Amino acid sequence: MDVFIISLLNGLVYGMLLFMLASGLTLIFSMMGVLNFAHASIYMLGAYLAFETSRWVGFWPALIVAPALCGLLGAAIEVWGLRRVHRNGHIAELLFTFGLVFIIGRSVQMGWGMLPEPYRVPALLDFPLFTLYGLQFPAYRAFMLLVSAGMLGAIWLLLKRTRIGLIIQAALTHPDMVASLGHNVPQVFTIVFAGGCLLAGLAGVIGGNYQSTEPGMADAMGPIVFVVVVFGGLGSLAGCFIASIIMGMVSTFAVVIDASVADALRPFGIALRADDLLGEILTVPVARIGALLPLLMMVLILLFRPRGLMGTRDT
Amino acid sequence: MTRRDWLPWLIVALIAAALPWAFYDWPHHRHAGFVLGMLSQMGLMTILALSYNMLLGQAGLFSLCHATFFGFGGYAMVHFLNAAGDNMLPVPMELMPLLAGLASLGLAIVFGSMATKQRATAFAMITLGIGELVATAALMFHHFFGGEGGVKTDRMIDQSLFHLTYSSGIQVYYLILAWTFIAAILMRLLTITPLGRMANACRDNFERAQFMGYDPRMVRFIQFALAGFFAGIGGGLYAITYEIVTFDAVASPLSANALLMAYIGGTMVFAGPVLGAVLITLLQSGVSLMSNSWLIYVGVLFIAMVTFAPTGLSGIILAHQPLWRAGRLSRLAVPYLRLLPAGLAVVLGFVGLVELLSFLTIGAEQGKRLVLFGSPVDSTSAWPWAITGALLLVGGAWLHKEAHRFSRVWEAVTDDLKDARA
Repeated sequence: MDVFIISLLNGLVYGMLLFMLASGLTLIFSMMGVLNFAHASIYMLGAYLAFETSRWVGFWPALIVAPALCGLLGAAIEVWGLRRVHRNGHIAELLFTFGLVFIIGRSVQMGWGMLPEPYRVPALLDFPLFTLYGLQFPAYRAFMLLVSAGMLGAIWLLLKRTRIGLIIQAALTHPDMVASLGHNVPQVFTIVFAGGCLLAGLAGVIGGNYQSTEPGMADAMGPIVFVVVVFGGLGSLAGCFIASIIMGMVSTFAVVIDASVADALRPFGIALRADDLLGEILTVPVARIGALLPLLMMVLILLFRPRGLMGTRDT
Repeated sequence: MTRRDWLPWLIVALIAAALPWAFYDWPHHRHAGFVLGMLSQMGLMTILALSYNMLLGQAGLFSLCHATFFGFGGYAMVHFLNAAGDNMLPVPMELMPLLAGLASLGLAIVFGSMATKQRATAFAMITLGIGELVATAALMFHHFFGGEGGVKTDRMIDQSLFHLTYSSGIQVYYLILAWTFIAAILMRLLTITPLGRMANACRDNFERAQFMGYDPRMVRFIQFALAGFFAGIGGGLYAITYEIVTFDAVASPLSANALLMAYIGGTMVFAGPVLGAVLITLLQSGVSLMSNSWLIYVGVLFIAMVTFAPTGLSGIILAHQPLWRAGRLSRLAVPYLRLLPAGLAVVLGFVGLVELLSFLTIGAEQGKRLVLFGSPVDSTSAWPWAITGALLLVGGAWLHKEAHRFSRVWEAVTDDLKDARA
């Protein structure tokens, strides 16, 4: 029971962090049709910028400065990069963001080196919030939940209750009509791209000291964020939210389950040994293949429901 | 295809066969190991890039799991070789890569049936997931993939059509060369079959291909499976060359490499990826010896190609063909010469800045001394920074101006050509 509740909370924290990344990716994708491969790289950049800022002026200004810088970078990428490449077609846009992954990844290594940086939780939040069955729950994770819930609320308000949100929603499905009505659609694209990068940067600020700030963090986070977007359904923010929480839970719970398929088969009198490939697959404990589960779930959902959980359209 | 079309192939084959002997160490009677290794790698990468282009260039499919099939062919080959070593698989060495290709074909059929239901971006994301799935599984399961250590083999199985032992690098090189040409010829012939033509049609206009009564999904599926087959042949040769296959052969950096080679070489010309494979392998073996940050150069080159030259290197070369035929190429000589110093300044400034920066964080920790363009440089003083920064800025502005002038001349020359034709 104790493990269950703590894992539930941890899964929620991780799921919300995933959502912060995946929501920006989904918005950019459903609106511009551009899958931003560099999204996880921006997340990494956010963490590094926050580390650098917090060294000089502390964590709290970094919470504002780093995401703002990431947002500006996103706007620059959209205006000077993607718009140019747009003429060369869809695949060129994908390839462009793919090239950015190399450049941002190497630039981070050039700027900060190959080793993990000592980006720490601020002293103000560095205490256990409560103790449950002898296990501590750090206050910083509660703060992460707070920030991501705040972001969720802010996005919802922006999209549903403001004028610009209305235009963004309209431009999601009917960009040509919105342009005909006199709105500056390219500018809306820039805002959305910058906003998505800002969210990724914010996720980096609060995720960088939750996990670790190192050059490999983009490669570690990238695939799972794409899995979330595919699983939730391309172009659906609600599906993206559900998928984030599911993936967060799956990743966290997998770590604490020390059983395998073979264990489940044992009561039926089927004994398996790990001396060939099939035996090995069936006897490996779930905890060891935790990283594989989200990918497997993605393949499964594609087999049975190619649009994802709540996807509205094929691409 | 006419006899004339095969002439370049023959020339390339002769050059590739003769190249190892140009670097032969006559006094010691042995081949230069570095050159032979690099040439072998070029052959392997040529197969990888060409088979990748069956997807990207010919079918318009942006796949991110091509290394999966390359690596799987490699793993399968290791197990085939081990079985042959135990006298359980009486297949001659020369035909072994075919088995590796068939193994990958099987895997590509399984994954292709899932991935090719979608196209464009969704296809890219699904293949990314598949690639990660196999790469993660390769680290976890020991019986087939060997975990982090990989699986090892011994290529001297003593089964050969020509009584060769494959104990020396040159024999393996000629095996790679032969298979590279077989695979390349087969892939070239595929482009003129109805399947190849339909792949192009589905790339260019999905709906119209459907109206003509073809199922674009089926076309994409077959193309995907065959691309996996050829990648598997490459992977099998990889296993023969290195006698060990690890996680690196299925991991995403190799998939990305396949993409870079195909795109930089040019996806719209059949031979484009070959050009890319040779160039990237040269860069990889040459520049990575001198600099830590070769990946950033490749990244910048890639972004520049995507932005300014989406047809790739082969596309740039082909754009000059009509001018050359009309004998107008000489008019471009002076503008090209004017571009040269400006471009050189930009490259020098950029390389200098990148090297200075990466030395501060990575190189200094390794206790090396920074040597830029043949002379030692003190990265703590302000001078090198000022010089490289100025080179980049001034060179950039200069290049911008010259590029404008060049594009004006280019347009004038091509307009003249059109007028002359009219």
